Amino acid sequence: MTFDVAAIRKDFPILDRTVRGGKPLIYLDSANTSQKPRQVIDAMTEFYERYNANIHRATHELGEEATEAYEGARAKVAAFIGASEQSEVVFTKNVSEAINLVAYSLGNSGRIGAGDEIVVTEMEHHSNLVPWQLLCQRTGARLRWFSVTKDGRLDLGQAGDLINERTKVVAIAHQSNVLGTINPVSEIAARAHAAGALVLADAAQSVPHGLVDVSSLGADLVGFTGHKMCGPTGIGVLWARRQLLEELPPFLGGGEMIESVWMDHSTYAAPPHKFEAGTMPIAEAVGLGAAIDYLSDLDLTAARAHEQQLLGRALAALCDIEGVRILGPAGTADRGSALSFTVKGVHPHDISQVLDDAGVAVRAGHHCAWPLHRALGVQSSTRASFYLYNTMDEVEALADGIRTAQKFFGTR
Amino acid sequence: MPGRDVESGVMQLESMYQEIILDHYRHPHHRGLREPFDAEVHHVNPTCGDEITLRVTVKDAGGEPAIADVSYDALGCSISQASASVLTDLVIGKPVSEALAVSDAFLDLMHSRDSEPDDEVLGDAVVFAGVAKYPARIKCALLGWMAWKDATARAVSSLEVED
Ligand SMILES: Cc1ncc(COP(=O)(O)O)c(C=O)c1O
Repeated sequence: MTFDVAAIRKDFPILDRTVRGGKPLIYLDSANTSQKPRQVIDAMTEFYERYNANIHRATHELGEEATEAYEGARAKVAAFIGASEQSEVVFTKNVSEAINLVAYSLGNSGRIGAGDEIVVTEMEHHSNLVPWQLLCQRTGARLRWFSVTKDGRLDLGQAGDLINERTKVVAIAHQSNVLGTINPVSEIAARAHAAGALVLADAAQSVPHGLVDVSSLGADLVGFTGHKMCGPTGIGVLWARRQLLEELPPFLGGGEMIESVWMDHSTYAAPPHKFEAGTMPIAEAVGLGAAIDYLSDLDLTAARAHEQQLLGRALAALCDIEGVRILGPAGTADRGSALSFTVKGVHPHDISQVLDDAGVAVRAGHHCAWPLHRALGVQSSTRASFYLYNTMDEVEALADGIRTAQKFFGTR
Repeated sequence: MPGRDVESGVMQLESMYQEIILDHYRHPHHRGLREPFDAEVHHVNPTCGDEITLRVTVKDAGGEPAIADVSYDALGCSISQASASVLTDLVIGKPVSEALAVSDAFLDLMHSRDSEPDDEVLGDAVVFAGVAKYPARIKCALLGWMAWKDATARAVSSLEVED
């Protein structure tokens, strides 16, 4: 079936604007944050205009409607990722907070101690690395990691050594935000589970493409972030099996996460509320619900096929430019649509500046994956990332922009 | 802010990448780490990983400290490289107080998008006025200057300890 990009683009008002003196916006930075369809913007406006109220504690009609919309968003998230129960979906501020929640809660649970091991990978976003470093510092556990091969895959040969009876947690990106690599989470999870370890998948880059079904992914804990999947900023999700959420102690304390409170102690609400202290980002949850409705109404399989075509063309076009080195897998297999590269003799900041001048928005730097860049022997890179609203012409504009930068800086 | 610039694209790029900036980038001045030195610092731009190692040597110039040498080794974009190169031209040989005045003027230039830069104080560094229009690049232009300020403060205090 054909995927009607033109129709989709009409849903995203921002794609109509021009930048840098009248150039059409070519937005190739969706791995950073995606743009928002009209439906999401309208849903949030409607919330504020029609039924803004606090949830769970207001005893009036507005409060009922707001609560229904918030919990309704939870139900939509649960359905979108194949969770068996809504109560397995915990709202957080973003995926970073979701991962921190897990790391703190696990630390407080007494499950992690000196001599234990936590396994991550060299391709993690800092959000799925620093919280584990902090947990290791607090508990005396040891941090270990999978290295990345030259072609941007995990070196799975290390699994036998890395995952052993001391391993308590294996935390890995489902899809790398730099390399695009889609990691074999279920294969790694099978090993981790055999060793008695928990598995957390950072699915920030895979959920937006409809790639996550928690019932088959294999992870015990999955985190993702609303703003990369057509939703607003300020809302993220932690999914975990109900039983695990019951076992884990709370992370933040405050209103709404309690069952009863005395001066010297408290008992806690059942999950997911146990982990949702204080007034939550209600409008943002409503916006995320609308984003999920939006994505669910599309043919996500066709959208992915479209993104794969863009990626394939971009890989080929960039390969043809002398001096360009693509980081990560050279082909589209098991690879998402984030495409990072370096250009010989031109710094990523300068590349992105020239692209920006042509209206092309990309990201330059280490993309919150500094150790990965070190491992690849590059200081930083430029990243273009494609989403369902991008077009072939935009891929060509990227390639043209890179050539312009080479000319401008005199390397070609 | 939406629609801040209305000039045509090519003009915009060239207003940032002035010929002088590109010259310094391609042929940096005073580059490389030299001995002896009174202070060495290492600064990083955490958003992009650009880094600079910079050394300052001070000397006594008639009872007041002056910058005898600035040497550096840097990894970074054209703006950060050129800025470090221009900096060395501007501060080497100057009394520390005067050199600090230049760096203050440069900071002001970076933080005010439309001020009239004083080319008597700033010399070649006025060409960075175009960079100030791109908030994301200001840190690039400041990397070397912040490192120099830090190293100079350390070098001067080591001079005072010796006294
Ligand atoms: C793989 C991955 N993990 C974590 C994050 C952090 O997301 P957030 O800043 O929304 O917490 C991102 C995006 O920035 C990401 O791509």
